[in-house]
Amino acid sequence: MKVGLFIPCYIDQFYPNVGIATLELLEKLGCNVAFPLNQTCCGQPMANSGYSNLTKGCDANFVSNFSEFDYIVAPSGSCVLHIKEHLKDADHPEKAIQIRKRIFELCEFLTDVLKIDNLPASFPHRVGLHASCHGQRGLHLSSMSERNEPSFSKPGHLLSMVKGLDLVQAERPDECCGFGGTFCVFEEAVSVKMGKDRIGEHVQNQVEYITGGDTSCLMHLEGILKRQQSPIRIIHIAEILNSSISN
Amino acid sequence: MITHAKEAEKFNKDEARVDWHDDTLWFVRQKRDRMAHNIPEWEQLREKASQIKNHTLSNLDQYLIQFEKHALANGVHVHWAANAVEHNQIVFQIIQKHGFQKIVKSKSMLTEECHLNEFLISQGIEVIDTDLGERIVQLRHEPPSHIVLPAIHLKKEDVGETFHQHLGTEKGAKDPQYLTEAARQHLREKFIAADLALTGVNFAVAETGGIVVCTNEGNADMGAHLANVHIACMGIEKIIPRQADLSVFLRLLARSATGQPITTYSSHFLRPAPGKEMHIVLVDNGRTEQLARADFRNSLKCIRCAACFNTCPVYRRSGGHSYHTAVAGPIGSILAPNIDMRKYADLPFASTLCGSCSNVCPVKIDIHDQLWKWRQILAQEGHTGTAKATGMKLMSAVLSNPDIYRFAGSTGRWFLRHVPSLASNSLNPWFKQREMPEPPKESFRDWYMKNRKKPKGE
Ligand code: SF4
Repeated sequence: MKVGLFIPCYIDQFYPNVGIATLELLEKLGCNVAFPLNQTCCGQPMANSGYSNLTKGCDANFVSNFSEFDYIVAPSGSCVLHIKEHLKDADHPEKAIQIRKRIFELCEFLTDVLKIDNLPASFPHRVGLHASCHGQRGLHLSSMSERNEPSFSKPGHLLSMVKGLDLVQAERPDECCGFGGTFCVFEEAVSVKMGKDRIGEHVQNQVEYITGGDTSCLMHLEGILKRQQSPIRIIHIAEILNSSISN
Repeated sequence: MITHAKEAEKFNKDEARVDWHDDTLWFVRQKRDRMAHNIPEWEQLREKASQIKNHTLSNLDQYLIQFEKHALANGVHVHWAANAVEHNQIVFQIIQKHGFQKIVKSKSMLTEECHLNEFLISQGIEVIDTDLGERIVQLRHEPPSHIVLPAIHLKKEDVGETFHQHLGTEKGAKDPQYLTEAARQHLREKFIAADLALTGVNFAVAETGGIVVCTNEGNADMGAHLANVHIACMGIEKIIPRQADLSVFLRLLARSATGQPITTYSSHFLRPAPGKEMHIVLVDNGRTEQLARADFRNSLKCIRCAACFNTCPVYRRSGGHSYHTAVAGPIGSILAPNIDMRKYADLPFASTLCGSCSNVCPVKIDIHDQLWKWRQILAQEGHTGTAKATGMKLMSAVLSNPDIYRFAGSTGRWFLRHVPSLASNSLNPWFKQREMPEPPKESFRDWYMKNRKKPKGE
């Protein structure tokens, strides 16, 4: 099984540790992983701002980097959702369609494709989970409180395999953190208020870490936590699931 | 120009009030969740409602004609209005014909949309909103901030002050029972004195020509039964085919709106009482245009339950007035640009696209997808501003080319590490209340080149 690793642009530039953890974890679980060196961005920042007509370059670049893999895996629900819903390539339409079918967010790849039921990970800390909207509602990584459906959580299931980890549920389990791409700057006031409220619940739960599957949401929460000089730290779920290796 | 972002920022100046607003609406959403989760067939009900609405929208012309035929046969006067101005004129002509002076209204978002009150008042007519929340905001000369809970932005202290000024209640009084009783006495007088009652319509049944109005206070009934003339105003999308379909919608509406099993009064009006007069005004006002936009026609399925408002984390923290339109919230943000793209170009951006609205909606409107699609149209039509367009073009140029991307990335990180004040300044809206991420020395790609001897995928 050939797995193409997609590391979204802002993770590549600002959170290389998330990329490293993702790669090591997949390798540890027996995947043959390659990182195509000419990848950049999925195009979501433009498309969600109304400029999907400007994503042709990103789309074509994505297709040329990722068309040869059985699976494409990325540690970001939001970027994966964008590719799944919007990737187009006029010159290679069938390749784009294949990629849309083969791309997976890390947690869903681990639970649905690799179907792992144990992990040699250990992370003896009190942890709060932030369910990012695009992963949760877009990719249906966990059940949502709006719908009348059996409750489940793929990230929660994976975290339950980690030794010593004490997962505490937030009171509003699936409320948005307010990042929202360019929303975080164009609607700065509401964005920050939403982020503060998310953090507030985790503070009440006295967690040491907030984790999640989307670095963008985590980056926004981290920015607020640091400004508040909070001792709570941010960690991507890939880093926790890979923790026995990096520790 | 008023924008959602600016108004929301003002609203956020008083954080305690934002918390209170958020908690109050979250309480309503939780009640809704409990109700929805107690009905095993909830998701099937939503699907059924969505299908009925789809079918109705595809045959809207026929159902409207059928409705008119039956309403006329029932002795009801039927009027058609292409837009808000026509609607207001029709209502005014009926009032004038009888030489009436005083009318009572029960809540109708359509008349808000058409700005009927302002128009009638300017013609010297006394117009009294009889829904308690509506009356409160009317006394304050404010528009409603929510389609089901019009005064949800006000605390009981605010209401006490308003009633003290206008109804002569004691200064500083904030006991809800005392205040409600004062409103009740005040409204009784208005009901008794009214010549004409105007109501909205929740559902209009094509098969019978009858209409259904849902209220929790019974004010629509009180008005319609006391006055000699009843005018019911409805958007043309309120049609449902059969009386039997009501069972689906009435179950969904109240649960989604307030978490009640059913609204206190679901009043059916079929024909005028002997010696009285009943009118129905069917209003288009942009609806057929929306129907013709394939990507947006679904928005006409809306039954105005406001569940999408209550669930929306942005609405809860920005308040209804920030949307500067009669129907606020997520659904308002996809309806408003249809009426005026320039004026409401900001609204499809007042969302994080979290998707909660689409999943809470009892008729399964793909609200967040429509927000995304409106963004594309607004950008194409040049309503998003030149600064944003230029920025996006630049971003696209950088991200489309791996070499430029890597160069920009490494220089960007270098600058952030060595001259952090470049980004950490007051002109950067990120930095206002958040720290910047710490730039690492190397990118993931740099690490990969060093640590994986034979990089694959070249
Ligand atoms: S869009 Fe859906 S949830 Fe929102 S008010 Fe209309 S019916 Fe209710």
